[in-house]
Amino acid sequence: MEPQPPITTQRRRHLISIADLDRAAVERIMDTAEGFESVMQRDVKKVPTLRGRTVMNVFFESSTRTSSSFELAAKRLSADTMSLKASGSSVDKGESLKDTILTLSAYDPDVIVIRHPQIGAPTLVTRYTDAHVVNAGDGKHQHPTQSLLDLYTMRSELGRIEGLHVAIVGDVAHSRVARSNIQALTLMGAHVTLVGPPSLIPRGIAAMGVEVSHDINAIDTSDVIYVLRMQRERMLEGANHVPSLREYTAMWGVTPERVRPSQLVMHPGPMNRGVEIAPEVADAPNARIVEQVRSGLVVRMAVLYDLLNEPAPTQHEAALRVVAAGQEVA
Amino acid sequence: MERLFRRDAPPANLVIRGARLFDRGAGLEGTQLDVRIADGRIAEIGDAVDGGGVEEIDATGLTMTPGLVDPHVHLRTPGDEDEEDIASGTRAAAAGGFVAILAMPNTSPVLDSATLLGGLIERAREQAAVPTGFIAAITRGQEGRELVDMAELAARGAAGFSDDGRPVERAAMLRRALQYSTVTGLKLTLHEEEMTLADGGQMHEGAVSAELGLGGHPGIAESVMVGRDLQIARHEGAPLHLCHISAAESVAEIRRAKELGVEVTAEVSPHHLCLTDEAVRSLDPNRHKMNPPLRSAADRAALIEAMADGTLDCIATDHAPHRPQEKEQPFEAAPNGVIGLETAFPAVYTHLVAPGLVPLSTAVERMTSGPANAFGLPVPELRAGAAANLALWNLGESWLVEPPYASRSRNCWCEGQTLQGVCTLTVAGGSIAHRLVEAAL
Repeated sequence: MEPQPPITTQRRRHLISIADLDRAAVERIMDTAEGFESVMQRDVKKVPTLRGRTVMNVFFESSTRTSSSFELAAKRLSADTMSLKASGSSVDKGESLKDTILTLSAYDPDVIVIRHPQIGAPTLVTRYTDAHVVNAGDGKHQHPTQSLLDLYTMRSELGRIEGLHVAIVGDVAHSRVARSNIQALTLMGAHVTLVGPPSLIPRGIAAMGVEVSHDINAIDTSDVIYVLRMQRERMLEGANHVPSLREYTAMWGVTPERVRPSQLVMHPGPMNRGVEIAPEVADAPNARIVEQVRSGLVVRMAVLYDLLNEPAPTQHEAALRVVAAGQEVA
Repeated sequence: MERLFRRDAPPANLVIRGARLFDRGAGLEGTQLDVRIADGRIAEIGDAVDGGGVEEIDATGLTMTPGLVDPHVHLRTPGDEDEEDIASGTRAAAAGGFVAILAMPNTSPVLDSATLLGGLIERAREQAAVPTGFIAAITRGQEGRELVDMAELAARGAAGFSDDGRPVERAAMLRRALQYSTVTGLKLTLHEEEMTLADGGQMHEGAVSAELGLGGHPGIAESVMVGRDLQIARHEGAPLHLCHISAAESVAEIRRAKELGVEVTAEVSPHHLCLTDEAVRSLDPNRHKMNPPLRSAADRAALIEAMADGTLDCIATDHAPHRPQEKEQPFEAAPNGVIGLETAFPAVYTHLVAPGLVPLSTAVERMTSGPANAFGLPVPELRAGAAANLALWNLGESWLVEPPYASRSRNCWCEGQTLQGVCTLTVAGGSIAHRLVEAAL
């Protein structure tokens, strides 16, 4: 077996995890998204920014919000888009992810947006393409654009992220949204409390810089209540994370008497009304669930824009270039 | 009873001059001496020995150790020879300074009959570059239900019994196996994992798994099984060997059992001694996905301490080749296992000996007499009269680990690392099995 050289030759910027971003990058993406809001108010909701660029959406897992908003975001920026779903493609014939990506990369896409049920899939994709790779959710690992749109929603509503207290409630163990939100919120200086049953809060997660409580009353002091989806399969025999949905709802459900009108309520969707969130809470004036979806469009436009427009070099990089140029002259 | 098999090779006749010799058992802790090998045996060790006209190697600046013994290797034969076969696996062993290896039976089909063992021994006699032994399954098909014909397998030349790759889940089954194995004089070598606690976990359960979202495989999934099996062994008065110990809790169980007089030996892998779960942040299954998983810094510290003090008797690679197409998958989809024969000693030297965590002589003992004694194999020694089983190292030379390897697979946990220590010569079972150094004469 002869060794294979790495197929990618260029160092590309990717968005696999919130850890790929620093504070300045998050601010920059949110500011860019804010700029795109005005485009959304126009009659012609389209700008020529990414004309001639190609964005491929490759979804190996079902999705409504994320796939539709990435597709629309690329179109609003005038990029060519192509969407591939796992069913009906060569994946059905047993093609490996590596070969699917090599095949798609033959068309020289500028960005590949990938959702995959397995952790590490987007990381693998970066090895076989010259495109920028955006993680649209990989297993229980990360969903960075969801976090950016959540932060954007919070900032639009409350004017800041720094110093906010956000309670994330529910099944943290199985939630990629929780993990990327913890990283994003702590990066931006928010205070995060995780609330849920001990069996659904992973051991060791406090090391991410969060507080953990198993008492639903811990949400009371927060500015934002961020509710996670509770999946039915968590109760199945063999998992037994909680005894029943009924008991879960009684203990950790976000119900009207547990929410103050001054608190924002958010949920990444899809919701199980009556399980993790009461219908009255989901429909209350302080819920921002529909705004989150709307934010998704401008934030994903901003992410695509940001990846395809190299930011100005930092002062440090610029200084290094001056030094390097000086050495060449000498 | 012959339990190690290799292809015929001419016995070595050579003189190795000026290496620093390390073999604590022989009282050698870095003494610079000449070694004369005649007809595959160490004829003489001394100052300025008379070469008598045979080939000479100038080993000034090099280090000689007894040849290494690895009691835990997967040769993937029969069934998966595209991953490894006896020829490629033993070439990798020779390149890593090994002079004896034991192959695990989780092959296709599982090595659970004397007929299959006979076929493997034949192949080893044709292909094996270093003496190779075969561990047979404990239960038929490694299904945990019926014992293999242990006495027949022992008489045919098996080196031990293991259902490695999976635990013996039922305690009563393990008890029967321990009772019965005593008639063979061979050891059970156990993969310790309580499957419901492991719960399909993809990496060590801790802060890193919590952050990455990968399913957690807690240290107690290993240690509760270690505790169970040590109690059974104590009750039965039977010896046993424990594979690839990874968790601090398991070390505590083993230490306690040894104090109570249980006849237990245990191994630890170079990757568990050198890396922690922080490495899994790479999400690279080719280097960092294996079972048991890389554990926490505290576990690693406990393993190093236990290896140094002898609670863990052996360093064993758990060399586990996999096809590239299986490892070129998302972390969650890729199979467990990494290869490590060619890098075992350089990795231990680079990560543990050079930084002063473990003396060189101790590391050498854990890779030579430790495993040999655990399995009743001949102990490689730097001693006049012994069969020539030795390795020569350039510990001053560094190399970047990258494919191709002597192994047929590429899933090396050291890939991309710069390791210190190059194996320049391996004499295994009296014959030269690997050689980079030129003759001086």
